[in-house]
Amino acid sequence: MNDWSRFVEAFFKSNLIEQYLPSILQGVVTTIEIALAVVVTGLAFGLALAVVRSFEIRPLNVLIIILVDILRALPPLVIVLIVYFGLPNVGVSIPSFAVLWLVLSLVLAAFAEEIFWAGILSVPKGQWEAARSTGLSFLGTLGYIVLPQAVRLTVPPITNRTVAITKNTALGTVIGVPEILNQATTAQSFSGNATPLMMGALAYIILFIPVVALGRYLETRFAWRRN
Amino acid sequence: MDAARPPILEVRGLRKSFGHSEVLRGIDLAVAPQEMVFIIGPSGSGKSTLLRCCNRLEEPTSGAVHLGGVDLMAPSTDINAMRRKIGMVFQSFNLYPHMTALGNVTLALRKVAARSRTDAETLGMAALDRVGLAAKAKSYPGELSGGQQQRVAIARALALEPTVMLFDEPTSALDPELVGSVLAVMRELKAAGMTMLVVSHEMRFARDAADRVIFMDHGVIVEEGAPDQIFAKPREARTRAFIAGLTRS
Ligand SMILES: Nc1ncnc2c1ncn2[C@@H]1O[C@H](COP(=O)(O)OP(=O)(O)OP(=O)(O)O)[C@@H](O)[C@H]1O
Ligand SMILES: [Mg+2]
Repeated sequence: MNDWSRFVEAFFKSNLIEQYLPSILQGVVTTIEIALAVVVTGLAFGLALAVVRSFEIRPLNVLIIILVDILRALPPLVIVLIVYFGLPNVGVSIPSFAVLWLVLSLVLAAFAEEIFWAGILSVPKGQWEAARSTGLSFLGTLGYIVLPQAVRLTVPPITNRTVAITKNTALGTVIGVPEILNQATTAQSFSGNATPLMMGALAYIILFIPVVALGRYLETRFAWRRN
Repeated sequence: MDAARPPILEVRGLRKSFGHSEVLRGIDLAVAPQEMVFIIGPSGSGKSTLLRCCNRLEEPTSGAVHLGGVDLMAPSTDINAMRRKIGMVFQSFNLYPHMTALGNVTLALRKVAARSRTDAETLGMAALDRVGLAAKAKSYPGELSGGQQQRVAIARALALEPTVMLFDEPTSALDPELVGSVLAVMRELKAAGMTMLVVSHEMRFARDAADRVIFMDHGVIVEEGAPDQIFAKPREARTRAFIAGLTRS
């Protein structure tokens, strides 16, 4: 056996590809489902927190800052493990996929809140004043004037952060969520071959490259009308 | 200052402090319908703050502000409804950059005055037409010159059919060659009978358009009178020094 065929044997064994393709594809579906759920709830909750923060109610803001900083400081894996293995001890048991969804949503929300908040702050005060002087309410001003500008500004960092956090769906492996990595490692231990892991890696690339590309596209597109 | 005409905008005993510094120290001011009043004074004398207290963008510390007899400070007053009647134009235009000129002008018509889209656009186009910019309705602020942006900002206020308009140094961010177009619009508003309170150091314009000029310093009105009197024969030494400085520059 020459080096090349040994390499193919180790990482791209064709019968294993055939055998494990269905389970990897199942993993892909699970990963997409959780990722989409995380993006929707994480960003929505993050934006909601930023909006609440803009009311500048002191105790509430302190609470938000503490929550956000804790969530940003902890490695997501630690939170996943604590929630998954800790909560049953106090009588709350949540299915593993829900734990993953919940934890990643919270983490994404924490980062998104900071990014959206920075975006809100970067909208000049004059925009608020002009809108309020026409009789627009606080919320109307926030909704029609400030958030559209703030969100536009935050598209690139939000996209980057969202990609980074949805990739953490791979953490589902440690609590038995049947996402891509979990399917791949299971197959790898059954087959004793790294081919399923390569399939998993390829699946991630195929899944996330378009998202990364979309981020790049949005970055140029949204950069455009501002001057 | 015709006693027969009740003032449309009336400020009484207005005080405003930021922390420990008192910026307005008892301002009394009445603006009659269709009157154009200029406020002049050194930087930091409280001109902008006075203007901003008139629509409560800045919350007065004490004193009264009445518009058309309505007490703006009363808890029962719907300040957002009253602000529709008080157009405000800023030094830095403050157009919404993500909306077209027409979008800027129609937003409050639709969301505050609850007009239909077609109604709002008809009124909005009429307002843009008044400032000579109907052709730019579809342009974004970034595509307009400073003078054009300021005229759109005037149209935005005008579209709500205000009873009084406040101008805070509307031309001081403009290149000299663009100032004239904005002043021309203000002149047109004056001819149409708009009541205006204007902070501006455009002395020539004040002399031929203003009904009255007020000189402020350190949070008080030092002196007021007809433009010719204030600019040519100021009574107070502080006014004289300030006018002399204006003329030199
Ligand atoms: N939001 C604020 N917080 C603290 N101090 C303020 C605030 N706004 C204004 N001031 C202070 O109040 C004083 C009056 O300010 P104001 O802007 O009314 O002056 P002005 O007459 O408009 O001056 P200019 O000609 O420079 O525009 C200044 O000393 C200013 O520093
Ligand atoms: Mg000022």
